Amino acid sequence: MTQAVQLKPESPLLSINNIEVVYDDVIQVLRGVSIDVPQGEIVTLLGPNGAGKSTTLKAISGLLKSENGEVSRGDIHFMGERIDVKNAEDVVRSGLFQVMEGRRIIEDMSVIENLKLGAYTRNDGQVNQDIDMVYNYFPRLKERTGLAGYLSGGEQQMLAIGRALMARPKMICLDEPSMGLSPLLVKEVFGIIEKINRDQGITMLLVEQNANYALKAANYGYIMESGKIVLDGSNEQLLNNEDVKEFYLGGGKEKRKSFKNLKSYKRRKRWL
Amino acid sequence: MNFELLLQLIINGLIVGLLYGVVGMCFVLVYKSTQIVNFAQGEFLLIGAWVCWALLVYLELPFFLGFFLTLCFMGVFGVFLQMIVLRPMIGEPIISVIMVTIGLSIFFQSLTKWIFGVSPQSYPKVFDTQSIAIFGLNVELAYLMSTVIALIIMVSFFLFFKYSKHGLAMRATAFDQQVAQSLGISVKQVFAMSWGIAATVSATAGVVIGMVNGVSDSLSSIGIKVFPAVILGGLDSIVGAIVGGIMIGVLENVAEFFDSQYLHIGNMYDIAPFYVLLIILWFKPYGLFGTRNIERI
Repeated sequence: MTQAVQLKPESPLLSINNIEVVYDDVIQVLRGVSIDVPQGEIVTLLGPNGAGKSTTLKAISGLLKSENGEVSRGDIHFMGERIDVKNAEDVVRSGLFQVMEGRRIIEDMSVIENLKLGAYTRNDGQVNQDIDMVYNYFPRLKERTGLAGYLSGGEQQMLAIGRALMARPKMICLDEPSMGLSPLLVKEVFGIIEKINRDQGITMLLVEQNANYALKAANYGYIMESGKIVLDGSNEQLLNNEDVKEFYLGGGKEKRKSFKNLKSYKRRKRWL
Repeated sequence: MNFELLLQLIINGLIVGLLYGVVGMCFVLVYKSTQIVNFAQGEFLLIGAWVCWALLVYLELPFFLGFFLTLCFMGVFGVFLQMIVLRPMIGEPIISVIMVTIGLSIFFQSLTKWIFGVSPQSYPKVFDTQSIAIFGLNVELAYLMSTVIALIIMVSFFLFFKYSKHGLAMRATAFDQQVAQSLGISVKQVFAMSWGIAATVSATAGVVIGMVNGVSDSLSSIGIKVFPAVILGGLDSIVGAIVGGIMIGVLENVAEFFDSQYLHIGNMYDIAPFYVLLIILWFKPYGLFGTRNIERI
């Protein structure tokens, strides 16, 4: 179902193998999705609203079960271990952390309490040291002493990413970190995501609508539409793909100069 | 006007109010973390008091050992109650869950009557002296102990929820269960823990009240008395439960004072709190400290 068979390193950190996801036993959301995320890379998953991106992430992190959904077919392996049958809390313990869509920080707690919660699964005494590490990445969080609910959207996103770092995960799944942020903040947040990936070698799976930034940050990308992967490739391949350019990045090969050319926008996507 | 009596009653009210506050905190704890309105709250006091009584009278254990064993038993009891009875109810309609807690309340009341009989029993003497004088007022030692215990419980609640990992986890679960799961917190564990804590702490209050008034069925009525207290404070506020508890404790004593001195209606002690409950629900349905969500616009 996917084109462009790429040669990738053996046994990726996370491999999703042909999964189907069903909500409430009747609503099928994913129809055979396969994604590989190699160790130490940033992989992005793009697609329009309702394509099933967040569902894919929830299938990985096990949160699907709390929404009455289940992986009805296929399997998900993380570090060689099957995780689609595990509880959400056990997935976190195995080193895979999800930053949920809409930031979802605990609004009636302070910044530090939120960060401490990120380290819930850890039992070593280095939590305070890691709080300093998070402050290093996000200096402005240090100045905020009030409730996290009063932080700005960008700061809340930073707190959500910081909270993920506190768990010392091997891999972070980020669900739309750019949602609702100003262009400058999007740039800042993506800069930090890349920096974290470089410094700490944390593997990332990045679900995004902002294809431009996501493809620039990522090594490899998948494009998903109505529950299927329709295209995948390295970031150069995707950035240069005509369809991706037209439908995700804005502006195709030939610039539309007159109104009558607008109808070409309705051209069917080749992959469907 | 008999000021000395009034003062004595207000102090009584404060002491009893602190205990209401403690039981109210347990009620709020269960409500916040599991969204269950626990009508069997009062039975935790009843069971705790009876178990401790049995340990002291039948096994003749020294008081503090018996007390400690009671707390251990109640912790385990609360956890198992949640696991066996309430866990299968997760996701069921709220009314069914409430009916289950009412059923538990009736069941445990009857069970204690069946095992221990219907007549009130008094605790063996714990202290040699009955009362000591503080600022010219006679204070019963048992009351003094109850105040100290209540304050210790409140401070440890505060520290637990502010600084301990599990306390933070419980607050996170109360805020948003899905987020808590995504942080690696086991929601099942948190539910069980909150019932365990509620049972243990309520039992403490039960034993303390039992020491003063004797153990009887009326202990479980504290669970109902606590309703006006927590609703006055706001159902989801632990601080509110303490403030509400103290207010209700003082209020019922003051109401009793005015009734006995002037009004002669009778039985104001039991009824006044519920008048207040009605008035609060009328004007301030969220209570004094109950929060709606912070919303950023």
